[in-house]
Amino acid sequence: MAMTLVEKILSEKSGLDVRAGDIIVAPVDIAFVQDGTGPLTISQFQACSFERLANPLTSIIFLDHAAPSASRELSNDHNRLREFAKRNGAQLFEIGDGISHQLIAESYASPGEIIIGADSHTGMAGALGAFATGMGSTDVAIALSLGKTWLRVPESFKVIINGQLSKGVCAKDIALYLVGNLGADGATYKALEFCGDGIAYLTMSERLTIASMAVEAGAKVGLFPSDEITHSYLEHHGRGQKYRPLEPEPDASYERVIKIDATRLEPMVAKPHSVDNTALVRELEDMKVQQVFIGTCSNGRLEDLAVATEILRGRKRHPDTRFIVAPASRQVLSEAIQAGYIQALVNAGAVIAPPGCAACLGVHHGVLGDGEVCLSTANRNFKGRMGNPEAFIYLASPATAAATAIAGCIADPREMM
Amino acid sequence: MLRGKAFKFGDNISTDLISPGRYFHLRSDLPELAKHVMEDADPSFASRVKPGDFVVAGKDFGLGSSREHAPLVIKMAGVSAVLAKTAAKIFFRNAFNIGLPVLICDTDKINEGDELEIDLTAGTIKNLSTGAELTFGKIPEVMLKILNEGGLVPYIKKYGDFAL
Repeated sequence: MAMTLVEKILSEKSGLDVRAGDIIVAPVDIAFVQDGTGPLTISQFQACSFERLANPLTSIIFLDHAAPSASRELSNDHNRLREFAKRNGAQLFEIGDGISHQLIAESYASPGEIIIGADSHTGMAGALGAFATGMGSTDVAIALSLGKTWLRVPESFKVIINGQLSKGVCAKDIALYLVGNLGADGATYKALEFCGDGIAYLTMSERLTIASMAVEAGAKVGLFPSDEITHSYLEHHGRGQKYRPLEPEPDASYERVIKIDATRLEPMVAKPHSVDNTALVRELEDMKVQQVFIGTCSNGRLEDLAVATEILRGRKRHPDTRFIVAPASRQVLSEAIQAGYIQALVNAGAVIAPPGCAACLGVHHGVLGDGEVCLSTANRNFKGRMGNPEAFIYLASPATAAATAIAGCIADPREMM
Repeated sequence: MLRGKAFKFGDNISTDLISPGRYFHLRSDLPELAKHVMEDADPSFASRVKPGDFVVAGKDFGLGSSREHAPLVIKMAGVSAVLAKTAAKIFFRNAFNIGLPVLICDTDKINEGDELEIDLTAGTIKNLSTGAELTFGKIPEVMLKILNEGGLVPYIKKYGDFAL
């Protein structure tokens, strides 16, 4: 029987001919934690009396969630992680280096690998054709020491994207449309495998946006085939030799097939308090917004800042709307400075936050006030997500975010381009 | 045999409602973090829950973050099992890893405050308040083994590896 992309990767890795539903033990190529999940990972690592890492070069600690630290407790957590990395030879990315998932994409993930991270958005590396999935601290502690994990081979949904997005419509709109269509639990335990003629029009940055949102439909991973776009991305990041083409077998069987006509999509939002509570931007125009946030693993890349800059250049944020921009990594920040985006965004009234998760999770800055509305390019809008259960979060693309920052209320970017 | 009272919650209880991100700085002080369990879903839960009680919810319980602190604070509150129509995948796995069973069943047949008796081996839930008897979905064998050892850490300490 022909194999899905997930079955292909997990068969190769486990050395068995596996199919959806099989339980396997597989080697882990890359295992990582961040500062929110890492301290508990260390505790569990020590509780197991482990003394060494199986693969120190691909055992990674990212200080991205509270970066820089906002409190004494978090600073102590950071120090514990730094000491663990030093003692065991793990790789450590400091505050300001960027978001784990972005750095995994820039510097680590390659097609056909198994990546597990103690962060739910780990599935983002599926954009590079890797089987990447989020787990908890204990699972990652075991993987760090044993170099393997157990997995249930997931059934796959085939998501066929046809055609090209029109101007002002972004990959985020595909992701929101898909999650709205599937529902927040519509793909629980499943893998999403993307294909169709439309994926050739999607840059790696756009694929990463879509893959980062797969978990918002409950999916284990959002997988793209590895193709020439993957190849040039890997080349750009200095590891072209890691490229290998990878795609599902032609007659693989899928539990469900979802078709998306990209040419017909419009700018979308996810309304509070769930990601599948989607609507068209034009249905919500006039909704006043007190804070706009562009950033996160979902939409904090150079291309996202370029889209925002195109709309904001020479314009100003609305006087009643605060505007925060957090590049996803140091490299993104650096390239955005060179490209002039940062200057244009600052001129438009943006606060530039350090590379990291920033305002997404309400830990250290960008926390909303009671009753306030934020439009964010993040992946989540759960109640309390940005630090205040009395606030309201709308999710949208960087283009919609830029237009909203100018208008002071939810606005259609196509009218400003 | 598990016995306790049902605390009823709705659909889509996210990890942000279970263990809010604004207490992120308390993650290395678990007893302090646990004081805020379920705070944004029901602020009175932490003060009312008794050892042995159950969290009973609708669909997609535990969606969102991979924070293992979510099942941990529920367990630390004394809850002996979570019952839900469906559960998010990372939460589900994390809960068994720390020794907290998540049972998939028709929770519409359980009301707030109902007294429940659960037999994990037989796979049955008795609602002592209404007389209803429920069954729950089969726990995957690998997770049952982990649960029987009290979680993944004791499991690995015993076997030294995955003994599937």
